[in-house]
Amino acid sequence: MPETILETRDLARSFGGLRAVAGVSLAFEKGVVHAVLGPNGAGKTTLINLLSGDLPPSAGTILFQGRDITRLPVHERVALGFGRSYQKTNIFPELSCLDNCWLGAQARLPGWLHLLRPARRYAPVRDRAERALALCGLDHRADAVAGTLSHGEMRQLEIGMMLATEPELLLLDEPLAGMGVEESWRVIDLLKRLRAEHTLILIEHDMDAVFSIAGRITVMVNGAELETGSPDRIRASAAVRDAYLGHEDGGEEHAA
Amino acid sequence: MASRAPVLPLLFALIAVGIALFPLVGDSFYIRLVAKIMVLAILAMSLDLLVGYTGLISLGHAAFSGTAGYVAAALINKAGITDLAPLLAASLAASGAAALLVGWISVRTSGIYFIMITLALGQMLFFFFHDVAFWGGADGVNLTARPVLAVGEATLLDLSVRMEVYYTALACLVAVYLLLSTILSAPFGQVLRGIRINEARTRALGHDVQRYKLACFVLSGLVAGLAGFLEVARGGFISPAHVNWHESAMALIVVILGGMGTLVGPVVGAFALVLLEDWVADLTDHWKLVIGLFVIAVVLFLPDGLVGPLKTGKCRLLPRLRQRVKEPSRESVRDA
Repeated sequence: MPETILETRDLARSFGGLRAVAGVSLAFEKGVVHAVLGPNGAGKTTLINLLSGDLPPSAGTILFQGRDITRLPVHERVALGFGRSYQKTNIFPELSCLDNCWLGAQARLPGWLHLLRPARRYAPVRDRAERALALCGLDHRADAVAGTLSHGEMRQLEIGMMLATEPELLLLDEPLAGMGVEESWRVIDLLKRLRAEHTLILIEHDMDAVFSIAGRITVMVNGAELETGSPDRIRASAAVRDAYLGHEDGGEEHAA
Repeated sequence: MASRAPVLPLLFALIAVGIALFPLVGDSFYIRLVAKIMVLAILAMSLDLLVGYTGLISLGHAAFSGTAGYVAAALINKAGITDLAPLLAASLAASGAAALLVGWISVRTSGIYFIMITLALGQMLFFFFHDVAFWGGADGVNLTARPVLAVGEATLLDLSVRMEVYYTALACLVAVYLLLSTILSAPFGQVLRGIRINEARTRALGHDVQRYKLACFVLSGLVAGLAGFLEVARGGFISPAHVNWHESAMALIVVILGGMGTLVGPVVGAFALVLLEDWVADLTDHWKLVIGLFVIAVVLFLPDGLVGPLKTGKCRLLPRLRQRVKEPSRESVRDA
């Protein structure tokens, strides 16, 4: 029996009259890469925002290891082991790559009112930040100012910052967005390494990537869950093909 | 952290030594003026902690210095207390409590709303001191005595002596500088910097940004309280003008003039503004116009303030970098 790490029950979020997420009940299993697919506007990013705590839900509950975390603020979810990366690169452009990861690594310090000792002297924080930088493949760019990185490197840094908080559950919102082929494979490789020790919830448009790493896939349409299952089952599903895969093939070409 | 050149701490050290030696050559008018500048510099430094380091633009900062000043004045005049330690403790407690209250409400907002709410709450304190007769009314009050630090029979410090006020202010200036630079390079300061650059991301990395903002606000209010205490001890006078938003705006101009996000900037800004005022007011009746033009010129040509050119060259690149990150353009995708 696989262990459920995160669960949503009738989770919903409306923006004015728009039901972006309309009653989604999903169970995410520990140690499984669970991808969420769906056409644009299906509510995938809103779902991630609800799970991470960036947005409060309009209705429904979120359970983490059986505990109700629906109203828990973002930083307390990070303390529980949540980590997230953003679809739109969300970094500290004027800081070095190491300093970008530093802030995440520092979140694991017990307490918060550290006023006197210089930050640089906290060896465990440095270790965590450097480890995260090495994991995301930017250790050779530690001192580079983040705003001067290439787009692909910024996407890597985005993941590195998340890893610096040493999360257990990773919420990844289109980690491959806007990446070249070679960079994409580097990140896919990283995600494959991460899945050994983490639970990944992944939104991604790149079908090849999704089917190569996901253990479970949920397809969303119009804010609701259309189907959830193994990659093979999703590939074979007629409903999914109609709703999404069918016209997305053409759309992908267009976007690239 | 290491990106800032040690030029700025060096500049501060030079200024501090200069201030320490100045009484050897300066006349009594200028000694009094420099003491006033130092107090303004401490107030501006405390404001810069909010504005330059955390990105919280407060327009009600004089409320905290003014509250501390009024509490000290009331204790001296009404209760006859002249002992420095309890006076200072009560003043700081009052400014800290005021900052906790104002901060608790205002850190829930950001941007223009933060500016407006600090302004509004600051003005409420202004009217409190202005209208409640106990505090002495619109004309303000003169101190009947000055704070004294004594142990047994021996008087260690007497703030009615001009030179003792001068060196007390200098000691406070240096102490505040050291305290704030320590805090800013500690993990606490790293989070403040994160909040300034990208608040949402700092939160997403696991920091309770609200709590940090409030702590920063209270810390800033306490340092402002020290400035308010020194101001009343120095001038022997407090009036609602010390609490008014003009005073807050003046502190903000000093910060912008000298250089936001540096600790030496507010000190340089305080010297520039007060000395320029002193000089121009002798030359023309329209001195406020000249000051205004000077501030505009600095903002236009030295966007990082008077100490801006001393900072490392890469700060100049920042506006361009920010644009690039906001829109990871198609070109940069191809670059990669």
